[in-house]
Amino acid sequence: MRITQTAAAGTLESSDVLITVEPEADASVHIDIEGASAARFGEQIRAVVAETLAGFGVVACRVRLQDKGALDCTIRARLSAALLRATDEAGPISWETLK
Amino acid sequence: MKLRRTMLYVPGNNSGMVKDAHIYRSDSIMFDLEDSVSLREKDSARLLVFNALKTLYYGEIEKVVRVNTLDGPFGREDVLAMVAAGVDAIRLPKTETVDDIVQVEKVVVEAEKRFGRVPGSTKLMAAIESAKGILNAREIALASPRLVAIAIGAEDYVTDLHTTRSPEGTEIFVARSLLVMAARAAGIMAIDTVYADVNNEDGFSREVRLAKQLGFDGKSVIHPLQIPIVNAIYTPTKTEVEKSLRIIAAIREAEERGSGVISVDGRMVDKPIVERALRNLELARASGIEINEEVRS
Repeated sequence: MRITQTAAAGTLESSDVLITVEPEADASVHIDIEGASAARFGEQIRAVVAETLAGFGVVACRVRLQDKGALDCTIRARLSAALLRATDEAGPISWETLK
Repeated sequence: MKLRRTMLYVPGNNSGMVKDAHIYRSDSIMFDLEDSVSLREKDSARLLVFNALKTLYYGEIEKVVRVNTLDGPFGREDVLAMVAAGVDAIRLPKTETVDDIVQVEKVVVEAEKRFGRVPGSTKLMAAIESAKGILNAREIALASPRLVAIAIGAEDYVTDLHTTRSPEGTEIFVARSLLVMAARAAGIMAIDTVYADVNNEDGFSREVRLAKQLGFDGKSVIHPLQIPIVNAIYTPTKTEVEKSLRIIAAIREAEERGSGVISVDGRMVDKPIVERALRNLELARASGIEINEEVRS
């Protein structure tokens, strides 16, 4: 999946995360984490983001997370929504394979 | 016996409430993808509830999702996603005809097949929110073996009726009764409408007692504070349980003696009273009240 425009999903409410996805010119992924949990859970959050990006076949983008204590499943949900909003290639979702 | 005394509304795009919904001990949780979610957040809410259902453990609480109607752009995808995630029941809003149930069942059947779910495992609930729907309630209640409950949505109903809600509920009395009768005729449950004034505990209690008296099996609730009130009203009291036990003991004794007529506490006991006593005991057991096993029917 190719990221073609900037898009966001989520909120800044407690237990949520606001995720912004932007196109990245070089074929690489950049993950920026803001929020109190970045220091303690940064690695875990990066792993969830990387796994979700891989699931969508995204290899080039910048992901910015403003975390308010979101669970992993919330991060996956918000990132999925942001990615689907940021691409021109979003067809029907394969719910059976979506993580 | 499955209890549906309380069905807690949870806005589907609120991650905090989706995460914590199980801690309030309602009998069912209803994640809402419909009216509480703005048009621009429908996709995100669907993904949030999908991921929560797949990941979080809600214990024994029944997981219900109110989807968008199938005649719009969101309903079909809502149903597909929720069945894929393993929802217990799909609640269809604004149900007006048998065909509304037939259409949603078609999508559920397709989804169960596609996602490898056990055929028939996804239940249905229908909210009836218009005069047309109320007048079709009997047929709607019988429209699918998957249908386990019908509910009345009073706000849309009174708007359709060109009136407003009153504390007494006069304007929805007929609709409530028709809905309960339709549910009973079909052998399914009837769920009462929400009570929006969260701070009015007395008014809420009055409305719950009225709904129980009319025959409703439970109530949709919009705030955790409403849950213990409903559960308490719907749980048989100690006096009711003891009386029910006396009735069952008396009828058994009469059966042994070959006598058909008995009295308990000075009142004649016949078949309907025995049925009510059995139901009371069943409700009490389901509510966690310990009852002497010897009287189990």
